[in-house]
Parts: sequence; structure tokens; C-alpha cells
Amino acid sequence: MTQSRTSEFSQNLRRYFQTASEALFKELEPGEELTLNLTAEEQLYIRFNGNLVRQNTNVEQINLTLSFHGNGRTVAHSTTVGGRFEQDLPLLSRLLKTCREEARVLPPDPHQVPFQNNGESLNEFRGELPPIEKLLDSITGPASGLDLAGLFAGGAIIRANRNSHGQDHWFATETFFLDYSLYDGPRAAKGVYAGSTWNHADWAANLNRTREQLELLKRPQQNVKPGRYRTYLAPGAAAELLGILSWGGFSAAAWKQGLCPFRKLAEGEAKLSPMLTLKENFTLGLCPRFNSIGEVAPESMTIIENGEFKEFLVSSKTAKEYGLKANAAESYEASRSPEILPGSLDESKILKEIGTGLYLSNLHYLNWSDRVGARVTGMTRYACFWVENGEIVGPIKDLRFDESMYEALGPKLIGLTTKAEIEPSVSTYGLRDVGGVRVPGMLIDDFTFTL
Amino acid sequence: MSNHNFKFQDFLAQHKSSADWIGLRSVREITSYRVVRLDQPEKNLTDIDHGVMIEVLVDGHFGYSGTADLSPEGLKRALDRAIESTRAASAKRVYQFTSEERPKVRGEYRSPRQKNLDETSLAEITDSLMTASKGMRISDTIVNRVASAMIIQTQIDFFSTGGTEVRQNFDMVNVDFAATATRGSESQTRTYSKLGQWGGEIFDKQAFSFEAERIAKEALELLDAENCPEGKFDLLLFPDQMYLQIHESIGHPLEMDRILGDERNYAGWSFVKPEDFGRLQYGSKLMNVTFDPTQTHEFASYAFDDSGNPATKEYLIKDGVLVRGLGSLESQRRLKLPGVANFRASSWNRAPIDRMANINLEPGTSSLEELISQIKRGVIMKTNRSWSIDDYRNKFQFGCEYGQWVEDGRIVKTVKNPNYRGITVDFWNRLIGVGNADLVETHGSPYCGKGEPNQIIRVGHSSPPCLFRDIEIFGGHA
Repeated sequence: MTQSRTSEFSQNLRRYFQTASEALFKELEPGEELTLNLTAEEQLYIRFNGNLVRQNTNVEQINLTLSFHGNGRTVAHSTTVGGRFEQDLPLLSRLLKTCREEARVLPPDPHQVPFQNNGESLNEFRGELPPIEKLLDSITGPASGLDLAGLFAGGAIIRANRNSHGQDHWFATETFFLDYSLYDGPRAAKGVYAGSTWNHADWAANLNRTREQLELLKRPQQNVKPGRYRTYLAPGAAAELLGILSWGGFSAAAWKQGLCPFRKLAEGEAKLSPMLTLKENFTLGLCPRFNSIGEVAPESMTIIENGEFKEFLVSSKTAKEYGLKANAAESYEASRSPEILPGSLDESKILKEIGTGLYLSNLHYLNWSDRVGARVTGMTRYACFWVENGEIVGPIKDLRFDESMYEALGPKLIGLTTKAEIEPSVSTYGLRDVGGVRVPGMLIDDFTFTL
Repeated sequence: MSNHNFKFQDFLAQHKSSADWIGLRSVREITSYRVVRLDQPEKNLTDIDHGVMIEVLVDGHFGYSGTADLSPEGLKRALDRAIESTRAASAKRVYQFTSEERPKVRGEYRSPRQKNLDETSLAEITDSLMTASKGMRISDTIVNRVASAMIIQTQIDFFSTGGTEVRQNFDMVNVDFAATATRGSESQTRTYSKLGQWGGEIFDKQAFSFEAERIAKEALELLDAENCPEGKFDLLLFPDQMYLQIHESIGHPLEMDRILGDERNYAGWSFVKPEDFGRLQYGSKLMNVTFDPTQTHEFASYAFDDSGNPATKEYLIKDGVLVRGLGSLESQRRLKLPGVANFRASSWNRAPIDRMANINLEPGTSSLEELISQIKRGVIMKTNRSWSIDDYRNKFQFGCEYGQWVEDGRIVKTVKNPNYRGITVDFWNRLIGVGNADLVETHGSPYCGKGEPNQIIRVGHSSPPCLFRDIEIFGGHA
């Protein structure tokens, strides 16, 4: 992949989207309205094992979703398209007709929210990557002699939205990530190098930091028994925790439908630590502010402030059904750009702050074990250490935790670090994700390990 | 599809000399999501996903390029990119492959169905889901009632310059119901799921109504139930939890690409080592597990995997001993071990990797009464609701929706929030009872995540109820 090819992809697609959407809007009949959502990518994916290439995959894909309102009914159809207007238009016109036909069969949608013109926006971020031969040399060269496994993904990502009322949003970005881990037998350290312009020196420095952590893993392994320990969650681990909290934790629909783990918090029956403030912060610039129907979220919105619940994520549909005020949340009402504000712990002195306990760089496979009790289970992963008297003694064997978030983020929360780190999303299900989180490290007392 | 097929083969013939071997996999999948909530339409979305993956063998390395631009120019551009990237990557390849990992095959598969899904009307589907939604309306305490169907029609065509020509056609359905009951701070949800390779015959209003009412009643019952007790007790798992236990603690650790380390940076490695095959006593002698893509109506049945390898039933664990892994022809070559036909991609835009298909626990001889009668103090658990396991697939913790406390071989009461935890090989060696063939149920998941770039794939798991001795069990708020 080269810079020029990717930019051409983005530019051609913008023209295509404008032409295709205008053609479809002209086909609408009275009383009908249409929102078109576009997701697209031109990506190079390279999978590594043992600092060698396991699989390389180029992907060019464009998907269009037609969200149709007619006769009080709501129908959506989406399709992959080739990106050639003349060839794609018959398919798109056929889908619009199918929407109309289905609307005649379906019952009315009592929670339908009419589309409106939520304005226009244009955000384009250019990046630069070397050709694949040079890229491969740049990645594997500094890792020579290391057992590196991971994924490089780089190229253009596009999200766009237009509707029949004149709304027009366009977000195009050219970025990359190299999500990797280094191994010494079963011991591993994790790193992510991400950005918009590949820089060999920056990558080598990133790799070096992870290699230094791998060296610490060569100390004698410590057999830590299940129990309660003072535990530091580094930003990578805290990001995993934030990820599970977003799964129904801040959704107004989940709350109304009996599925929200933070019901007691939301209804004032419980509080979290006054040190905890959680926001939806789009100024991080990691993803577009507009949602899939083109509503533009506020730049910043506070969900939890000093341990008290402030606001759910509320989609327009949920707002209409339950008489709430919408705040441009996506239909699934999970945070898209969450941020936990930093605290006062000096990360350079974090081992001293732990004293005796656990330093966890990453967590793995988190899930609610008891939603009503806001209890989460999961595993430690990668560089996790036993610390005694402010010194790392050695890596631990994997431990399972099972802990109530009301406790861990409530009275057990000792502090947050002064520096919050951005953890970019490395999810690539179906297509490459946008977004990420910003979190500080968290020091928690008596964190519960069960296996 | 036939027009495209002709063009695809023509395209391959035209460009045959561009690489040592070229494959072309066309995937066209139409998925409709139909959801009714509280007797109102919640979602009606249909997605058409159609594209082609061009696969090339260059200098001993397989590389891929996917496109939805199915014009001759689009396919040529994808081919050129595949060759360019693969030539560059071949100098740093993990292994030197040959076209032997892409056997020449010809064949077809059509999933079993009584009525094609595209002949099942939207009105019929909506009506049956509405029936289910209304079937759950038995109390104001049930605050949420959802009936949904994911309706999938897939055509996968695979051609190669080596002469392969495979056409596979699938009709698949996943129906889910959920009833949530709340009272004060308490909330309990019961669900019902039926999935597999079915046609429109699955939309049976009478059966939907029965299951909907049953789960709503059980959700109410759970509101009044005590928490599951904590301690080491016997555990009788029903098939709608066994499927997850099989999936996480047998299926994933036996994937040979995990054993080879390909997956280490994402889903993880495996506690299983190459030398364990033929030796490791994975579970008790009652444990027999198969890879079986030949099962009628199971979710992941097929005739060929995405390398063209013909799919056959194979024992993975026989009388408790690990005998075979889940490895494609590529992994078999790298590990020098036998495997199965499991090289599968989630769609046209992803390269195939080692996946599960149908992984089944073969039935034993016990009736349900015989299994329960063996329990002095224990818990019956039904329907998975929480799952977590480590990256080596050792330490797991699972939670279920519905529990029953058993004493002296008799069900005493319903218990809520049942959970259990264990370590894989120790757990399976505690297997002391396996239900008979009459008790087998087929479940599965449409959402098995793995791979870099990430892929979601469908898996099926059949099992009878199984009884385990002295397992660490606990309830909510423990």
C-alpha cells in the first residue's frame, strides 16, 4: 500500500457517495425519508509469528446502508458495493424498492424518530506508509532475534453519512497500528505502535520499551495464591476494565430494560470513589462525532463525575420510547470515545505505591459474572508481576479475578495516575474499527483473585 | 451466481501464469435481522455481503486480496495487489508451502431444509416472532421481552487454477427469545435459542409460544429463588451450557494454529503441546469428542473447508485420550500431525485460519434420572450467561441463567446466579456421567471470535447433559 493509492481511494469514494446518495434521494416518494451510511476501508493486514509473516491480506471494501422511513415503518438494507456508480445504482435502487415493499408488510414503528438535517462536517486525516517491502524490513529488522507475534493494519478508513434532508458528514483517516507481543517461552510482553505516519525510529524505540519489560519477565516466576491483593492496573489493563463497563453499563435502554449493572449507581443508591470521573470525550479525535443517523454528539459529556452518576448514553430511539433526553448516542448505547480523568499518583513511583502486591500490565477475556452486583471476572495477561517492598520480584502465573465494580471503583480505589494514556482500538472484526480510550493507571486495594 | 461463476473461471484461466497457484473464493451472504420487542418491531435490517477473495501462491507463500469490486478490472486489481504483497512477504514467510495444501476437488453441498428461506415471507416471520413476544407477556414483572431471528443465506464458490470447483449453499437460522423480570434491585433473564442449518420450517408459532411462556415463567421463578450455594458440589450441566464448556475448554485449545503460536497475540496460545497428541488423558474415560461437519442441521456442517479439503468426521478425544487436533492442511504440514478440514474464513474479506466447526461430545448411556440419582449434593445448571477463560485455555469461570439444587438424588429447589470455575484437564477428568443419545441437544454460536485481522465464525456443538464431581460452585454476590 502506498500513500497515493489510499488518498485516491478516499477521494473517489467521496464523489461516489455524493452521486449515489443524490440518485437515491431523487427516487424517494412523498412521505418517505432516507439516511445513507457508508463504511469503507482500503487496508493492508500483515500477521506475524516468530517475526515472520504468517498471512498478508489486502482488503478493499465499501458498504452502504439504507435506513428507510415510510408509512410510519422503519426498514434498513445494507450491501457491499464495488464503488462503480453505473454498476452499483441498479442494486441500490432495487434495495430502496425492497425497503418500500417491506414497509408495507411490517407493523408501524411506534419509536421511530424522524430524520432531520443535523448539519455537515468534513474531517480528513492523511497518513503515510512506506511500500510493503520497506515496511516489512522496518518492522522485522529491529525485532531480529526476537519472537514477535502480532498484526499490522494500515490504510484508509472512511465513515460517512448523508440523508434526504441535506445532512452530510464525512470522516476519512489514514492510520496504522502494529499490535504485537514479544515472547520468551511462555512469558510475554505487549506493545502497540500506532500513528498516521510510519517512523522507523519511533517503532524501534517502542519495541525497545517492550523488550525491556520482557527482560523483567526473566526473573523467577512467583506462585501467587488466590486471595486479595493491593493491585495496580496499568493503563492497558484499566482500558480492558473500561471496555467491559461500556458493555451495558452506561446504556439508558439497558437501565430501563433491567439489564444495567450500574442501576444502583444511576438511581443514587450507590456511589463510586470521588476520584472517578468518566467522560465521553470526542476531542480525542479518534472517531467521528456523528452517529449512524448523523446526529452529532457533544464534544464532551460527563457520565460519572467524582463517583456520582450524571448521565446515561441515550439514543433518539430510547429517548422516544422512555421519554428521556437524547444525547446522540449510537443505537447500541456504548461509549465510543471514553475517557477516565487522571488522578494524583506519580506513575514513576507506582512500585512504591503498590508496596507489596501485584502490577498488572494487561487483563484478558473480561465478562460480567453477576450484572446485578456489577461483578466482573477476567484473567491477568502478559507482563504481570509480584511486587514486594516497592520492588518487582518476578512475573506471576496467570490469575483469575472476580470483583464487584462497586468495590473496586468505590472504597477500594486508592488512586489514579497523573498520566492517562490513549489506547487505540485494534479491533478488526469485519472491518477496521476507529476509536479508542484514554485511561490512567488504577491502584486498587484488596482486589479479589479467585483461581 | 452462475454468470459470475463463468467469469471467475474465465478470469483464472486468463491469469493462470501470474502466480504458482491462484484461488478465487466468492462469498455471497444475505443476512436478515428481524427483532420484535414488547410486541413492536424493533429492528428489520437485511445485509447483502458479496465479494471475492483472491488467493495466490508465490515463492512458497500464500497471500490474499479481497474486493467487492467484481468487475474484471476490480478482480485484476485485487490479483495484482495479492501478487505484489505476497511476493514481498514471501522473503519473510513462516513456512514454505506448495499447492499440495490446496487439493484439486470438485463437489457441492446444500444444507438440509424443508422450505427455502427466500420463500419464507416477512409477514410469516414477523407473525411468529410477534407470537413469541406475546407468549412472554405473562406478568407486568416481565419488563423486557425480545424475540429475534437472524436469517442467513450463503453461497460460497471456490475455484482454482489447480482445477478446484466447489459450490456450497447454506440456509441457516438463529432464533433467540429473552424475558427479563425485575423486582426492586433484582433482575433475572431467561433465554431460549435455536440455531442451525434450517429453512423456513423453523418458524413454528406453536413451538415458539410454548418456549416463550416457559422462559418467562422461569424468569419469574428466579426472582424468588435463593442464591446458588457456595462450595464443592457435583455439577450437572445441560446441553445449553455444555456447548460453551466444549467450545472454550476443548475446541479452542485443540486449534493447531494456536498450538503453533499464530494466535498468541490475540485469543492466545494453548496449554496443549504437540507431544500431547496420543498421550494426554484430557478427561475421564467417558469423554469422547468428535469434529463432525457431517451432522444434519448442525450450524457448521459443510462438505469442504476453504482450502478445498473434504470434510469428514474425526475423533479428537477417544475414551478421554487426546488423539487429534483441529488443524488445516497448512497446520498439519507445519506440525507434522494429523488434523481435520477446518480452514475457514468468516467471509470473502478474510483469509482462512484453523477454526472449529461442529465439535460434539458423543452420548453415553445414562438417562437423566440416572444422572440426577448419582448426585448427593449438587447443582443442575442450564443456559450459559457468562463466560471467561485464560489465554492458554486453562482457568475458566462460567455462569448460567438457571440452577436447581439437588440433594440425595432429588431436585429440591431452584437457585439463581449459578456459577462454577475450574481448570480444563482437571475438570474433564471429573466427568462421571454422560447422558444417552435421547438427551442430546444441538446448540452453538454465531459469534466465535478469533484471528488477526479478527473474524467471527459460526460453530455448532452437540452434547447430552454431563455430570461432574466436586466442582467449585458459587452464586451471586460471592
